[in-house]
Amino acid sequence: MGFWITQSLNSLALGGLLFILSAGFSLIFGLMRIANLSHGAYFMLGAYVGLTLLQKGVNFWIAALAAGAAIAILGGLVERIVLRQLAGRTLSQVLATLGIAFIIADACLWIWSGDPIPLTGPASLRGAVPVLGTHFPLYRLGVIGIAAVIALALWLLVEKTRIGAMIRAGVDDLDMARAVGIPVKALFTAVFCLGSALAGLGGVIAGPILSVYPGLDADMLPLALVVVILGGVGSLGGAVLGSIVIGFIYTFGNALLPDLAYVILFLPMVIVLVARPRGLFGRIPT
Amino acid sequence: MRYASSIAALVALAALPFALGNEYYVNLASQVLIAAIFAMSLNLLVGYGGMTSLGHAAYLGVGAYATAWLTLRLGLGPLGAGAAALAITTLMAGFYGVLALRASGLGFLMITLALGQILWGLAYRWVGVTGGDNGLSGLARPAPLGIDITGARPFYFFALAVFAVAFALVALFVRSPFGASLQGARDQPRRMRALGYNVWMIRWITFVLAGFWGAVAGVLYVYYNNFISPHALSLTQSAEVLLMVIAGGAATLTGPVVGAALVVVMKNVVSAYVERWTLLLGVVFVLIVMFLPDGLVPGVQRLYSRWRTRP
Amino acid sequence: MIKRLISRALSGVLASLALALSTAATAQNEPIRVGFLTVKSGALAAGGRQMEEGLALFLKERKNTIAGRKVELFTADTAGQPAVTKTKAQELVERDKVQVIIGPLAAFEALAIDDYIRQAKVPIISPSAAAEDLTQRKPNPWFVRAVGTSAQPMHPLGEYAAKTLGYKRVVTVGDDFAFGHEGVAGFQRAFEDNGGKVVQKLWSPLNVADYGTYISQIDAKADAVLIAFAGANGPRFLKQYREYGVKLPVIASMTSVDEGVLKNMGDEALGVISSGWYTAGIDSAVNKNFVHAVNQEYKADPGYYTVGAYGAALMLEEALKKVNGKIEDKDAFMKALRSAAVTNDPRGVVRLDDYGNPIMNVYIRKVERSRDGKLVNAVVKTYGGVSQFWSYDPKQFLASPVYSRDYPPAKNLE
Repeated sequence: MGFWITQSLNSLALGGLLFILSAGFSLIFGLMRIANLSHGAYFMLGAYVGLTLLQKGVNFWIAALAAGAAIAILGGLVERIVLRQLAGRTLSQVLATLGIAFIIADACLWIWSGDPIPLTGPASLRGAVPVLGTHFPLYRLGVIGIAAVIALALWLLVEKTRIGAMIRAGVDDLDMARAVGIPVKALFTAVFCLGSALAGLGGVIAGPILSVYPGLDADMLPLALVVVILGGVGSLGGAVLGSIVIGFIYTFGNALLPDLAYVILFLPMVIVLVARPRGLFGRIPT
Repeated sequence: MRYASSIAALVALAALPFALGNEYYVNLASQVLIAAIFAMSLNLLVGYGGMTSLGHAAYLGVGAYATAWLTLRLGLGPLGAGAAALAITTLMAGFYGVLALRASGLGFLMITLALGQILWGLAYRWVGVTGGDNGLSGLARPAPLGIDITGARPFYFFALAVFAVAFALVALFVRSPFGASLQGARDQPRRMRALGYNVWMIRWITFVLAGFWGAVAGVLYVYYNNFISPHALSLTQSAEVLLMVIAGGAATLTGPVVGAALVVVMKNVVSAYVERWTLLLGVVFVLIVMFLPDGLVPGVQRLYSRWRTRP
Repeated sequence: MIKRLISRALSGVLASLALALSTAATAQNEPIRVGFLTVKSGALAAGGRQMEEGLALFLKERKNTIAGRKVELFTADTAGQPAVTKTKAQELVERDKVQVIIGPLAAFEALAIDDYIRQAKVPIISPSAAAEDLTQRKPNPWFVRAVGTSAQPMHPLGEYAAKTLGYKRVVTVGDDFAFGHEGVAGFQRAFEDNGGKVVQKLWSPLNVADYGTYISQIDAKADAVLIAFAGANGPRFLKQYREYGVKLPVIASMTSVDEGVLKNMGDEALGVISSGWYTAGIDSAVNKNFVHAVNQEYKADPGYYTVGAYGAALMLEEALKKVNGKIEDKDAFMKALRSAAVTNDPRGVVRLDDYGNPIMNVYIRKVERSRDGKLVNAVVKTYGGVSQFWSYDPKQFLASPVYSRDYPPAKNLE
């Protein structure tokens, strides 16, 4: 019984982490149709920036928000300088993000050198607590909570604000949105900034669990892709459900089918895509 | 008359080893040829077919592993193993094609990525067959027609011969009615369907051909390196070959060759002089995507024709 | 007529003698060309950097002169890719005409260039590749290494865990790749030969996102957990291990708590007992000087990679001294290299066995805080003169399959 409870909690915690990682990706892809292949790199860069701030004694939460803000600025610059010039050519945009991923990854290696460094979590969330008969790290419960907060905040943004309405309009029908006067260019920049900020913030939040090391970006990107594919793009509910499902598949898959460990995520991805090419919920443009 | 430039290029390539002198550069040229075949194979999918794949390293990898395994475990001669490997990989491409073509656009990208990653994971994990991350080594080069190609120069000519045949066949394919229908399916699939073309079949055949030529590159790869490990199947490799195609010029015949030369030279030569060559590669790539979006070859051609027609 | 013949022959002999002497003399004045295969980009770059530092320190101390000859160093970045490693090896040999290579870093890189090294007949000293078969079932006459095999320090650890620490039932968690497999196999064999039982073996993929799944599976009733990780994974695992509040003591492979990663770790590493052929805490004059010098230059303690490269350079120096600097005589140099016995290595005395693998001390270490609050691996016990075969008969050892995930077979899993 303890096994099932602990692994379920592990799954939820991993799901929370995945949601924070992929929410930004899903948002950008949903509205702008750009598969931002530098998303993993932003995540890693956010973790490094957060690390530097933490090493200077900054409070964990402030460091996380600051890292998010820094990556948001970077994202905005990338969007204005590179992606906007390639408007309408999605393949080119995707490839440009691939090139940028190379650049950011090597720059991180240059600036922070290659040593792996764990981030220290906030003092308030240290240690393990008894939960349903097992001991579970408090920080991971915290991650579940943070993911829920972010999901709620995004839902409020998308459903209850004007910007959210504009985003939804854009996701549904971009040409029509332009036609009714929505400032699509500015919206794109804003959404790209938001998506990047989420990636950067995610890097710091995940830091105490994942640490930061060269290669973190390449390890995380496929996970974000899988979540978004499974959950469907442009759908917040899809991202949430996709994260949780992947969290469970990954955790229980690794525990029960260790021989499939290296392919545990990609098999379901292939199965889903072959059966339902638009994702479980979604609207992947095909 | 259009063959004059091809023949001239072939002669130049054949003369290259004598001009290069040092064996090291001849070996590098062989690697460029292998990468060029690999990039040409992906170009069939990406450039002419309009289907972007991020899992193409799978065909190079399986072609290479099959050759290695058949040689080491079943004792087949390298040439026989190579031929068998081509057959095996092409069959696999046929199967993968059926799965991957269920989707298109981003979905297709994702499926090809996932299929590639599954093979990569398999190569890592199935240690009994693949040797795991230590890979398979101790392979010998074949002796086609009895000629020993262990040396740099003989191998280069071998690779050049294969490359010339590959290039000619791909050119033939692209310029054939089938090639035209492929490009039609890329640009206007609905219209093609309305005209009665079986778009799925056109794409599937292309997929299989792309897999076949990818396998050819894989067999040459393992002949050249005498070694294969899971790194050849990684996502980085798939991304690199996509880079070669896009940077050189998708939907052109010579684009992938130029792109292959660019990446191989940057990785192996520039890295000796520039420590942050990965960063440089990323910058070059972004610049090409931004300013020469059709790739180097069409971009340079455009610049040249503009220069020629200057007032 | 005969006189002219004789005088011609004599002048011919004298001329060639003069030529030979002058070439030898000029050869002696020319620098020796050393190639260095390292990793500067990608995930392995940290280890590559440390190797570079070890080598740079050695050359600085020797003022760039070994056995009377200046050194010209050619550094190449393999990017951690086997195909690039081969090209770089070719670049070093064919373009830069190096006479000896130090490198590469990873086992798969060494395997990728194995054929080429045999063909090109270039002496190569690896400062880091630890794959068993490189000096066991597939030895290359031109290959020696300055570090041991993956299992070399794990055999003594297995014995120590059973006999000194008194553990009876141990869970192993390791990276699911060759280095992890071989390390755990060595531990398991020696541990079970001394009465212990490995009751659970967990393998995590190299790029696993999260160790929570594995930590939660650890049998809480075992006596200890053995971890065998490389690179970033040791710190990542240990941090999570402590977060889950698992109380079982941890014993570790050398790279899991290597000085290179230890410096960024915190309390999670305290008390971890590991074994390796080096620790910055070795109490000898040679090592104290070495550690001091590395700290001066690079502000960190030397670890696996730094001492590996430094040790490789020491071997090169030994061999070169034996042939009076004449590296041009390849066969003589290689012979000298294979019989090298280094007495001034920071690790203690290091000599090569018949297969090109070092016989050296293995130190059982414990992570503690030094007086200035730094985390260090303090020496707890020293096993002298450990070879890659431990106490097993080499012929029998080699007749069995190479260590892998399934060999030796785990007979005591629960």
